[in-house]
Amino acid sequence: MIEWFTWVQLAVASVAGLLCIVLGLAGRVPSDLTNGALVLVELLLVAQLVVAIAAPAFGNEATGSVLEFYTYLVGALLLPPVAIVWALLERSRWSTVVLGVAALAVAVMVYRMLQIWTVQQA
Amino acid sequence: MTGIGRLLVAVYGVLALAAIGRSFVQIASRFDAAPLAYTLSALAAVVYVVATVALIRSGRGWYRVAWATIVFEFTGVLVVGTLSIAFPALFPDDTVWSWFGRGYLFIPLVLPVLGMWWLATHRPSGADAA
Repeated sequence: MIEWFTWVQLAVASVAGLLCIVLGLAGRVPSDLTNGALVLVELLLVAQLVVAIAAPAFGNEATGSVLEFYTYLVGALLLPPVAIVWALLERSRWSTVVLGVAALAVAVMVYRMLQIWTVQQA
Repeated sequence: MTGIGRLLVAVYGVLALAAIGRSFVQIASRFDAAPLAYTLSALAAVVYVVATVALIRSGRGWYRVAWATIVFEFTGVLVVGTLSIAFPALFPDDTVWSWFGRGYLFIPLVLPVLGMWWLATHRPSGADAA
């Protein structure tokens, strides 16, 4: 796990989450902006997956439970696609809020992943 | 189910995912360490999934299922939350409900209340009572 990349990812997911929740509560239906924000969150998660698979080969090992790490990562990967499909099916303001909830959940999960990789002792 | 109820379903879905993930890790890696806590985690996960499905589905049957699962959750978070503070030795590892769901921003405590409010104000048409 690359720490600075993870912090960037955390920031992007948090900002995307707040943006979608604010726009949704303001009555906006899902747009290219809000759906795009979730696509970005998903792409960063895929990059994180690639990094996590490659990192041990470069001596960058998780300090905590690898099983727990990947459970969070796989769970997080599922969230944005589900939220986006939902947003495409039902074009209401609440779908925009749901996009935001998904992005914030991803942010929390990425933070847990960072803890597991860097400070949790197995 | 429409409007803000959709949000309720989304948050339930996320919580169900969180409970499944935690329970999977606990049972797969160290079930012997705390069988009671981990069995409860698994039970909680299943109930969250059923509650999520019941909230999405319509009709009187699912409405009852939604009530039952949400009341179960609320009881669970109150009982386990209290026990985990009063008798920490019973729960050497966290469940979703320990300390009233502290590890999950107290969402497990707040969500059932919102869920019950939603159900009470949105009875299925034609149903006289839950």
